[in-house]
Amino acid sequence: MSKLYKIFTGSIVIPLVAIVFGLIVGAIIMLVGGYDPLLAYQSLFEQVFGNLYDFGETLREITPLILTGLAVAFAFRAGLFNIGGEGQFIVGMTAATFVGVKVTGLPSIIHAPLALIAGALCGGLWAAIAGYLKAKRGVNEVITTIMLNWTALYLGNYIVNAFMLPEGMDHSEEIQSTASISIPSLVNFFNDARMHWGMLLAVLASVFFYYFMWKSKQGYELRAVGHNPNAADYAGMNVGRNVVKAMFISGIFAGLAGAVQVLGVFHYQSIMSGSPGIGFDGIAVALIGMNHPFGILLGGSLFGILTYGSAGMSFGAGVPPELIRIVIGSIIFFIAAQGIVRWVLKPLYSKRKKEKVL
Amino acid sequence: MKKTFKLSMVMLLALTVVLAGCGNKKSESNSNAGTEGGKSEVKIGMVTDVGGVNDKSFNQSAWEGLQQMKAEKGVAVEYLQSTKADDYNTNLNKFVKGKYALTWGIGMSLADAVGSVAKQNKDAKLAIIDAEVDQPNVKSVTFAEHEGSFLVGVVAGKMTKTNKIGFVGGVKLPVIERFAAGFAAGVKAVNPNAVVTNNFTGAFDKPDLGKTAAATLYNDGADIIFQAAGGTGTGVFNEALGRAKSGQKVWVIGVDKDQSIEFPDVTLTSMVKRVDEAVKRVSQEVIDGTFKGGHETLTLKDNGVGIADTSSKTVPADVLKIVDEYKEKIISGEIKVPEK
Repeated sequence: MSKLYKIFTGSIVIPLVAIVFGLIVGAIIMLVGGYDPLLAYQSLFEQVFGNLYDFGETLREITPLILTGLAVAFAFRAGLFNIGGEGQFIVGMTAATFVGVKVTGLPSIIHAPLALIAGALCGGLWAAIAGYLKAKRGVNEVITTIMLNWTALYLGNYIVNAFMLPEGMDHSEEIQSTASISIPSLVNFFNDARMHWGMLLAVLASVFFYYFMWKSKQGYELRAVGHNPNAADYAGMNVGRNVVKAMFISGIFAGLAGAVQVLGVFHYQSIMSGSPGIGFDGIAVALIGMNHPFGILLGGSLFGILTYGSAGMSFGAGVPPELIRIVIGSIIFFIAAQGIVRWVLKPLYSKRKKEKVL
Repeated sequence: MKKTFKLSMVMLLALTVVLAGCGNKKSESNSNAGTEGGKSEVKIGMVTDVGGVNDKSFNQSAWEGLQQMKAEKGVAVEYLQSTKADDYNTNLNKFVKGKYALTWGIGMSLADAVGSVAKQNKDAKLAIIDAEVDQPNVKSVTFAEHEGSFLVGVVAGKMTKTNKIGFVGGVKLPVIERFAAGFAAGVKAVNPNAVVTNNFTGAFDKPDLGKTAAATLYNDGADIIFQAAGGTGTGVFNEALGRAKSGQKVWVIGVDKDQSIEFPDVTLTSMVKRVDEAVKRVSQEVIDGTFKGGHETLTLKDNGVGIADTSSKTVPADVLKIVDEYKEKIISGEIKVPEK
């Protein structure tokens, strides 16, 4: 209980203040650019909460961000920097599309989970390549995961091109309806917003993250390796195996993100000329969420709301969507540069609890 | 410590005020083209693909068409840029649910989004460029790129000195294949000895790939390259500019818009695709109340595609005369230009 208390009092203050600072910096930049920040933030809010359709679409926007955020955070807890969320996301997409398109004759109750599992597993295996190279050869995972992003992008395009491309189209065939994880009743309720089971999966994934990392022996080992691999090794833990395992599970989250995008949102995979960027956004989400699964739920929501709301800002107040990226960027800046926030908050702290040492 | 904090807060406030002052002054002159619309009741929206509104290609051309509509007819126009494929549906819906008279989807990649939004909103009117969407409330406009490309092929076939001609394409989509096929046919028609080498870079947004592709073709002896690669094509121009500077005589044939305005020294001619005209025409139909769903291909005959008017600066008159002859033959149906 005291831990929960700490989450909601101690560490949450800094992200909150950072968000406020980010919004203020964004407002200043908007003023400089000649836009009305109040109108802009109001239209952002309306875009997200204005009607059921937009609210549903915001949830859709948030879902993959939470999953890729979890991917980055999971690896980070084990002392690894997984920049390859992007590639694992694409591999997850491709595997899910392949199973969704090519496997026929299964009932929905088997087909859809099968496609999800295929996406998640392939994402995990993709990340495990980098984990293996790190464990066995000491190759820095930052470099391998970045390289694997490009490999994944072109491999995905190749697979779509070679096996699933209908004549004259720029995207794959549609997945079988049995592989879809859309929820028709919710889609109806939210006025055609693209609602799907992946949203529930994202929440379940963060609960799993929490229990695995803090309530299981394996999670304990992962954290021990993350804190100090030498000490973990001395204590008799197999560091290499833990590195591969951490990358594998991390990749599962990112692969799942790709799979739910295909099975729940698009129902096909496009030939991509560039990275979709959701994997990279996951790094920011993990940072905002302080690498804690429940923080990531909030961080992903914030990131999704800002991203989805940016269309409202450009529509209602004429603010270019690039500017909202600046706001997001400054929020991340203030979270990363916690020293600034602490320094500003310090007088408040020292006044309130004079006897306590900060 | 307290003092520094107070001081910094004061500074921050002062800065805010100063900046706010700047901002207000600036806002008088700095207005966003997207939001200021006339007071007319007709509102027309457009959703770009991920290329964005300043892509120097069809998005930009479409937006120019809409801005002309605004200037001439006083309709309110507005655009939304898509940063990723997820945005297509929501951006289109933003206009449709905002009761816009017509919503444009620009580019083939929006085809599915336009289709599903049209199905969900049967009383909304939508239109799409470069793709065919089979819904009763969607107007699909495509272009006979192969016919226009045939004409620039004729120019290239007549003007080449080395009998080697290059083609740099973006992603190998049916649209781009139409460019390549028409171009090759045009070259063959006037110069059977010339060889056209195709190079598909696989991207519309990678100038570096375009530059490499162009360098390979030029090194191989080609003296004219036709580019149909969007942003990637900028690289082709840059490579040609570099070579022109060092005295090598090379040409590029531009695409979509008259690119001699941007790259006057190396542009031989351009295959223009009048997306702006198409946007204006269909938008006018909405204003007149004659809008009907369906598919329309704009050809040479409709002035939907063609060769840039400024070509006479670089292309000799006798070549242009031959181009005109072929144009007549294509329009009359005497020559059928292949699409593949």
